[in-house]
Amino acid sequence: MPTVSFSPNIRSHVDVETCDVSGGTVREALEAVLLLHPKLRSYLFDDDGSVRKHIAMILNSEPVEDRETLSDATQPEDEIFVMQALSGG
Amino acid sequence: MSSRFYVGTRKGLFTFEKGNSGWSQTGADFLGVPVPMLLSDHRNNALFIAAEHEHFGTKLHRSKDGGKTWDELEPPVYPEKPDDAPLIVDPWRKVEVPWSLKKVWSMETGGNSDGELWCGTIPGGLFRSTDHGESWELNESLWNRPERSKWSGGGYDFPGIHSICVHPEDPEKIALGISCGGVWRTADGGKSWTQNAHGMVYDFIPEEQGAAEPDSQDPHCMVQCRKSPERFWVQHHCAIYRSDNGAESWTEVKDVSPSGFGFAVAVHPEDPDTAWFVPAKKDEMRYPVDGKFVINRTRDGGNTFETISKGLPEGPSYDLVYRHALVVGEDGTTLVTGSTTGSLWVSEDGGDSWAHLTAHLPPVYCVKFG
Repeated sequence: MPTVSFSPNIRSHVDVETCDVSGGTVREALEAVLLLHPKLRSYLFDDDGSVRKHIAMILNSEPVEDRETLSDATQPEDEIFVMQALSGG
Repeated sequence: MSSRFYVGTRKGLFTFEKGNSGWSQTGADFLGVPVPMLLSDHRNNALFIAAEHEHFGTKLHRSKDGGKTWDELEPPVYPEKPDDAPLIVDPWRKVEVPWSLKKVWSMETGGNSDGELWCGTIPGGLFRSTDHGESWELNESLWNRPERSKWSGGGYDFPGIHSICVHPEDPEKIALGISCGGVWRTADGGKSWTQNAHGMVYDFIPEEQGAAEPDSQDPHCMVQCRKSPERFWVQHHCAIYRSDNGAESWTEVKDVSPSGFGFAVAVHPEDPDTAWFVPAKKDEMRYPVDGKFVINRTRDGGNTFETISKGLPEGPSYDLVYRHALVVGEDGTTLVTGSTTGSLWVSEDGGDSWAHLTAHLPPVYCVKFG
């Protein structure tokens, strides 16, 4: 099962631990996490369902390719990391 | 030398000079127009400013008489994208990085001729002028590096070159700080480039997810000691770094109180071990730790820091200093810093104490001695 983890910054807002979830795509894996932590949804996604501009997602050390639908395929041993982008000032 | 400085702000350019009664504002130009960057060219007393008109784009202006009159110059222009050029997208947002000037983010004098200037921009192009800013040419060897596909915006939508360090004795040696693209160096005047952000790391990204990937590092600001040019300092997104080998590699300065986070850094022109920083609460918070605005100074190469508050706000303060808004003069004792809330402070004793000149400027983007 893919492992999904979150940056300390995100975890300061939503109490979500690293978890192993089922899912064949990044979207499916995240949705599995969101079932456990529904509050997390509004931190990651706009109200229209798109990934927030300043949320970055990494799949095995590379940025996810498909930010629109998060269709990047995942394997059971994959690692997904979600963090805030480097923005602001 | 350190008796005049210029302040680029969200709403214009302001000049301050030291007279018999101390420092005072003596000029206000380009009112209403953002001035994200300026350059005082001491070789021929020319002053350059980037005017970022919100409706009309960025323009360059040059004054040869200390700001009394101004010429408008052509800003750096990106060439038309060739059909066979690879598509480069921001790795996080998957938006194409344009071949188009978005911001002049750094300007420095070169050393090969008295007309040589360098200009760093968002979205990541480096430009060179050999004719006092009359014309500019994109440095294609850097722009065409495939690693550019790993660069991302840091604070802005696209990556940008905010720090240009030209070796004081060998102008062919140049180091660039890029947010977020690491540290790039050339030893041949820009014909070839190497990535040198090795040693920098994000503390909130797991190691196996690319925390130490050089091409994605975010050095907020990078400075070089004039007298000891092998010594560089970087205020990075997560920590302070020091290089003792000409920006080839980096060592983290650990356990900096009240914070190792910030944007600005200035290094003493003759003492490589003395540098100043403006700490802030990391990393998207960006206000003084505990609401206490202070300056950090090291005088021993980062082994220890003094947290200075004399002359700085005694009560709660929420000023943030951007990366180009802390400078030290050639005398090594006069410093100026300006904040996002429009305050301006001057120190004339190496940072031991500070005088508050005004609390009423627009948000300060950059400060340069004239």
